[in-house]
Amino acid sequence: MDPLSTTTPAPAPSLAVSRLAYAYPDGHQALFGVDLTVGRGERVALLGPNGAGKTTLVLHLNGILTAGAGTVAVAGLPVAKEHLAEIRRRVGIVFQDPDDQLFMPTVREDVAFGPAAAGLRGAELDARVTEALTRVGMADFADRPPHHLSFGQRRRVAVATVLAMRPEILVLDEPSSNLDPASRRELADILRSLDVTVLMVTHDLPYALELCPRSVVLSGGVIVADGTTQELLCDEELMRTHRLELPFGFDPRSVDVPL
Amino acid sequence: MGAGHAHKLYRHGHSPVHGLPAHCKIAAVFCFVLVVVSTPREALWAFGLYAALLALAAAAARVPARFLLTRLLIEVPFVAFAVLMPFVAEGPRVHVGGLSLSTSGLWGTWNILAKGTLGVAASVLLAATTELRELLQGLQRLRMPPLLVQIASFMIRYGDVITDEMRRMRIARLSRGFEARGVRHWGVLAKSAGALFIRSYERGERVHLAMVSRGYTGTMPVLDAASVTRAQWTRAAALPLAALAVCLLGWTL
Repeated sequence: MDPLSTTTPAPAPSLAVSRLAYAYPDGHQALFGVDLTVGRGERVALLGPNGAGKTTLVLHLNGILTAGAGTVAVAGLPVAKEHLAEIRRRVGIVFQDPDDQLFMPTVREDVAFGPAAAGLRGAELDARVTEALTRVGMADFADRPPHHLSFGQRRRVAVATVLAMRPEILVLDEPSSNLDPASRRELADILRSLDVTVLMVTHDLPYALELCPRSVVLSGGVIVADGTTQELLCDEELMRTHRLELPFGFDPRSVDVPL
Repeated sequence: MGAGHAHKLYRHGHSPVHGLPAHCKIAAVFCFVLVVVSTPREALWAFGLYAALLALAAAAARVPARFLLTRLLIEVPFVAFAVLMPFVAEGPRVHVGGLSLSTSGLWGTWNILAKGTLGVAASVLLAATTELRELLQGLQRLRMPPLLVQIASFMIRYGDVITDEMRRMRIARLSRGFEARGVRHWGVLAKSAGALFIRSYERGERVHLAMVSRGYTGTMPVLDAASVTRAQWTRAAALPLAALAVCLLGWTL
């Protein structure tokens, strides 16, 4: 069966990770059988203490690391060497440090990099770049060098660089880190306005509660909890066991979760 | 942030020279320098004409003489040794104000100074009228190996980032009461340099990861295929062609 045509009856989930295990070449095992399904259009937070294997899991999603055992599929297409280019178009990873993500001399070139690598040229490419920058409210900054932007602006451009590839799923690594409260809110507004599946790796639990109806907890290389974000954050036992802590004075019960 | 707006050599403007495509200008400067270097050093007047040609080009680019001349100072350390030549070279000597100078040495000094200065002036003019990014795109269009262009473009992109990191490390050192006062402290500075290298190296790995994640396969996509008109090439060629005429005259006269 052609995996590309499975979308018609019931859409394949944006992300299907099944029994994924991985050990680094030095023998350190980071993942011990991860199962995770993210439906189309869902926003899911991936929580977990430092060293839980979150980054390792993320790097499997677009085939940077190759699964030791188990499988990863993006919208029905298995992550494997023969369709890496298509997988990397479908999975847009926004890394934590925008200076790592924005490596071209101007914002426009940087946003164009992904689609251009996929073969887009000319007017179509320009339209794609403008569209992506408009969606993050940065269209006026297209000709600026990235290092002249504020940190929050760079983070938004970083989001645009992957939006320009029209990804199936947006993977954000610590999207709120180093942002001042205003930039943080602006980014949240942008993420909420996007019609795209989001997997958000974060330590920022209020941010997860604000943006993601569902959360999963990765700890010790396995998924130990999967449920609505509010439920998980209210489960004190679970939180304590996996070194997840809420900011001082923050009570997840008191929050009306936006739907 | 905020450091390094454009670059210090660049002078923003909308002159006819600014408007020429970068690769035409690079080719023109390269040919001009080749012509100047192959001129016989005895043809003193030819170098005067070259300077006049550059002055014309500078006028067309609306680059003030002062701007150009102050930036020429960059060549001083490179030509300092040329000044020594009349004193150390062998051969027949002339006496100027009590100094015994070698004739061939004097010619050597003149040769290096004149050709060096003209070359630097032409390059400064190129840099003053072309943005760094355009220069790189120009080199790319002139079929410079893409790997070299990529390395140069990353240098530009990350120069500020790394300078900033260096500044933060310096502030961190100062905040803990360290001040480099002598040879004894060089060890600390060397270790800082090493740490900076490792940090930059690790950043390089992260950047590569980000590139691969967005479909990088070893070549940068060339985005704009700007077309160059014959008129633009002709205008860019005016400088080296005029210089070539002078050079040929210099050889025949």
